[in-house]
Amino acid sequence: MSDESARDAGFDDWLDAAETGDAYYLECPAGHTSLPPRRLCPTCGAAELDERPLPEMGEIETFTVTHVPTPAFEDDAPYATAIADFGPIRVTGQVVDLDPDAVDTGLPVELDVTSSETTGERVIGFKTV
Amino acid sequence: MTGVRVAGTGLTPFGNAPERTSRDLFAEASSAAFADSGVPREDVEAVLYGNFMGELAEHQGHQGPLMAEAAGVQAPATRYESACASSGMAVRDAVMRVRNGEHDVVLVGGAERMTNLGTAGATEALAIAADELWEVRAGMTFPGAYALMAKAYFDEFGGGREDLAHVAVKNHENALPNEKAQYQKSIEVAEALDAPTVSSPLSLYDACPLSDGASALVLTSEAYAEAHDIDAPVAITGTGQGGDRMALHDREFLARSPAAREAGEAAYADAGIGAGDVDVAEVHDCFTIAEVLALEALDLEPVGEGITAARDGRTTADSDTPINLSGGLKAKGHPVGATGASQIAEVVKLLAGTHPNSEHVADATTGVAHNAGGTVASATVHVLEVAE
Repeated sequence: MSDESARDAGFDDWLDAAETGDAYYLECPAGHTSLPPRRLCPTCGAAELDERPLPEMGEIETFTVTHVPTPAFEDDAPYATAIADFGPIRVTGQVVDLDPDAVDTGLPVELDVTSSETTGERVIGFKTV
Repeated sequence: MTGVRVAGTGLTPFGNAPERTSRDLFAEASSAAFADSGVPREDVEAVLYGNFMGELAEHQGHQGPLMAEAAGVQAPATRYESACASSGMAVRDAVMRVRNGEHDVVLVGGAERMTNLGTAGATEALAIAADELWEVRAGMTFPGAYALMAKAYFDEFGGGREDLAHVAVKNHENALPNEKAQYQKSIEVAEALDAPTVSSPLSLYDACPLSDGASALVLTSEAYAEAHDIDAPVAITGTGQGGDRMALHDREFLARSPAAREAGEAAYADAGIGAGDVDVAEVHDCFTIAEVLALEALDLEPVGEGITAARDGRTTADSDTPINLSGGLKAKGHPVGATGASQIAEVVKLLAGTHPNSEHVADATTGVAHNAGGTVASATVHVLEVAE
């Protein structure tokens, strides 16, 4: 674990933005998309990366319910982790407002920054729409 | 370009040995490899060593020189880290160094100490192979990552938990005569299906165990083997490496392993073979679904059909192309830094007729070893052929 007092520039800024409903993704002139922190497009190396608003709605593309967690999520298990497709970009997060057994592919979700019950750290979450 | 021969192989038992240091494990494996090779230690010109989580498990970095010392070798040493593909990478570099004439004799292998961390600690340590910010902090574990792939595979191509259970059953069966294997115990499909869930749809029996262990190979140039009358009947004739985006969600397909495909195509081309020439393979089955994805990436099964390979007997010991005759990571064990070189050791013995399962591949001349890092953001494939 890194020093708790130090932020992860780019990533924590993104979480801040997501908390106020202003989540974004990065796009290079060729249309390749990525998540921060980036100086360069991971696909083509372009240095001009524009922030674009993340579409509000995503869709669960795949998910798993984790019963054996790392110590950082000891008190959270079992919990559902999903990859949600937001169109230009996919994001990995925890489904927060549903019983893990009710989670399914195709469910529409929106981003909802939550926190770990174990550590209190911020966690990228999804809530169903 | 000179050919590369495997002069000797050495493995510790893989299993639960929390008190053993990785230096002790590598000393045992390398001693066995030297004894098997007939090559004197003083001829070694470089040590290439794979290890993943030494900083976390033993608070030990800078392991290259430490392991040369443990092996009783005075030669420059380098540690390779590419998650679970660490020693596959070390072998690949060793092959290239011998080929380009840099060295005639190298010691290559790897070790991992894991079980001293306990299940939660080792789960945390393994997770560092994923993207810390975007995956691990969302609670993704390693079993979780492969579970996401398994679910995506079932949705795209069909198949289910029972098909995966057949992979586990097959690999446990294969490990029965392997004295170095962590589990020499057969299991039933029903038992696997009833096992506790780790990360749905994967259960305990879909996952390889946590393991301590080490592997070592003595590689020589063809010229050295001939000049010194070394018995080294198996050559490494192809090497390939592939790469992909670090986070699973950044990949085009969630249920395929393009890095393994890239590594396989390169290794096949390097050796001048095609997938149809492969007689036997050790593939990286850290989870049962990983074996399925590997078979498809290596063109040993068409995309979308690998899921039925074990169930329908296309990869079992009595099939034309047995997969993971050692027991695989699933039953042999997976001390991650040792795995890549251990797979090469298994294929060498299978081809040389010295493996307890060699009877199943009596006429085999060509074998493949596939080693994968993380959710296959890195991979190596090696082709081995009987040379004499």
